Amino acid sequence: MLKRLNDPQLGREMIRKVRERAARLTERLGRAVTLMEVCGTHTMAVSGTGLRGLLSGLVELRSGPGCPVCVTPARDIEQIIAFARLSGVTVATFGDMVRVPGAQSSLERERAGGARVQIVYSPADALQLARDNPRWEVIFIGVGFETTAPLAAVSIKQAAELGLTNFSIYSVHKLVPPVMGALLGAGDLKVDGFILPGHVCAVTGSRAFAFIGEEYGIPAVVAGFTPVDILDALYVLLDLIQAGDHRVVNGYRWVVRDDGNLKAQRAITDCFYTGDAAWRGFGVVEGSGLFIRDQYAQYDATQKFAGAGPASVAGPGLATERVGKSTTTGGFGTGDFLEPRGCRCGELLRGLITPPDCALFGGKCTPASPAGPCMVSSEGACAAYYRYVTNQPRLPGVVNANSGAAGSGAGCRKVEL
Amino acid sequence: MQFKKRRTVAAMCLGIPAMVVEVPEKQWAVIEVEGVRRKVGLHLVGEVAPGDYLMVHAGFAVEKLELAEAEARLAIWKELLDFERAEEA
Ligand code: SF4
Repeated sequence: MLKRLNDPQLGREMIRKVRERAARLTERLGRAVTLMEVCGTHTMAVSGTGLRGLLSGLVELRSGPGCPVCVTPARDIEQIIAFARLSGVTVATFGDMVRVPGAQSSLERERAGGARVQIVYSPADALQLARDNPRWEVIFIGVGFETTAPLAAVSIKQAAELGLTNFSIYSVHKLVPPVMGALLGAGDLKVDGFILPGHVCAVTGSRAFAFIGEEYGIPAVVAGFTPVDILDALYVLLDLIQAGDHRVVNGYRWVVRDDGNLKAQRAITDCFYTGDAAWRGFGVVEGSGLFIRDQYAQYDATQKFAGAGPASVAGPGLATERVGKSTTTGGFGTGDFLEPRGCRCGELLRGLITPPDCALFGGKCTPASPAGPCMVSSEGACAAYYRYVTNQPRLPGVVNANSGAAGSGAGCRKVEL
Repeated sequence: MQFKKRRTVAAMCLGIPAMVVEVPEKQWAVIEVEGVRRKVGLHLVGEVAPGDYLMVHAGFAVEKLELAEAEARLAIWKELLDFERAEEA
């Protein structure tokens, strides 16, 4: 059954239907349909399957703010580097964070210089690291959205049960619905529909995104991540647009419930409170950050290591501090964040440009030597484009082929990462 | 082999469906993805049994899968495509 969701034959037939539907809509609109894939995993998948190319001219896919590493602002990167410099501290983090460049350094460079930086695949692994090494201070970098936050919450609770004193989390967890509100509220994004992140919705429920349709009149579909999942969602989304129907549809019912995972939601609210958080490219977005409750203060790296801020911006409560312009005052300033020079990740994350629009793309900025986070993270749009689009001159040929079938099949098979 | 490892790890973090093979403790299950086994936390999904499918993300199950829903959706596609083929013929 699960194999069929990756079935190239079915994928080929589905893509033909999606193209048909998109062509009809394109004709009516007099331009390509513009959709935003909010989630970094979708960005990867649409590039990896060749879908982006196969739909070009018909559907323009924009990436959104759904790559957690990419939206972590420069200031938090500096803070994380500052943690790594503390003696006796081990920073445990997901792999992609290690290479994100700060103003002068990165975790990778700190590690080369002797700092203890450990890549983990789960907050549970970070917790285990602390249990196994009682003399280390383990700081887990809690980066991610609604999908990752409950896992961190479980780990905090476990640490409390175990009475661990050498484990803490730096929470830069973020919430997706508020940033979608900020994105749409800014008014400069022009898209016909959204492909919503299936895993985030598994926790929040599809209903958490209903406001997109209700308040902004833009349809959206919750989508899974196999080729069949994505094509199915696209088909439904194109239909909604064609019909002028502004609903948010749950197109991933085999994983996502309309109300989401209540246990996971409870885990989040037990351990975290929501506050304003800074996003790369957005500035501060109201109510979009998750911060550790006082009850668990001893597991909050921000409180435990207060004063261990980066030299330029000292002081605790870093992530909650109001830096950059608030979205409520309009506009997205970068405040005193130290953005890499020339990097346009900010505009990219707001769906205003595509990676090739950045002058550094593929030249000064490549996966081997990234200038910005969107080229580092495997979920980053620049990395996805670089890997799949620029290296595939075959794509235009496939797009122009009448059937489109042969190419799409090959593309679909490629999604098995 | 580097590639194989990367692929498995990616599968573990990115929420690929995984089958439960064993539930040795109340809060932990052993899952299998592409022949690789790993322990995952069940704290967010409640009870599961061997043979159940889970969506796993970064070492924890985030949701149980309703495979019947996917079956139903695939059936609709099959009908659509069969209908089309019949029309053409
Ligand atoms: S190509 Fe590099 S510098 Fe340009 S936006 Fe992407 S990550 Fe930033």
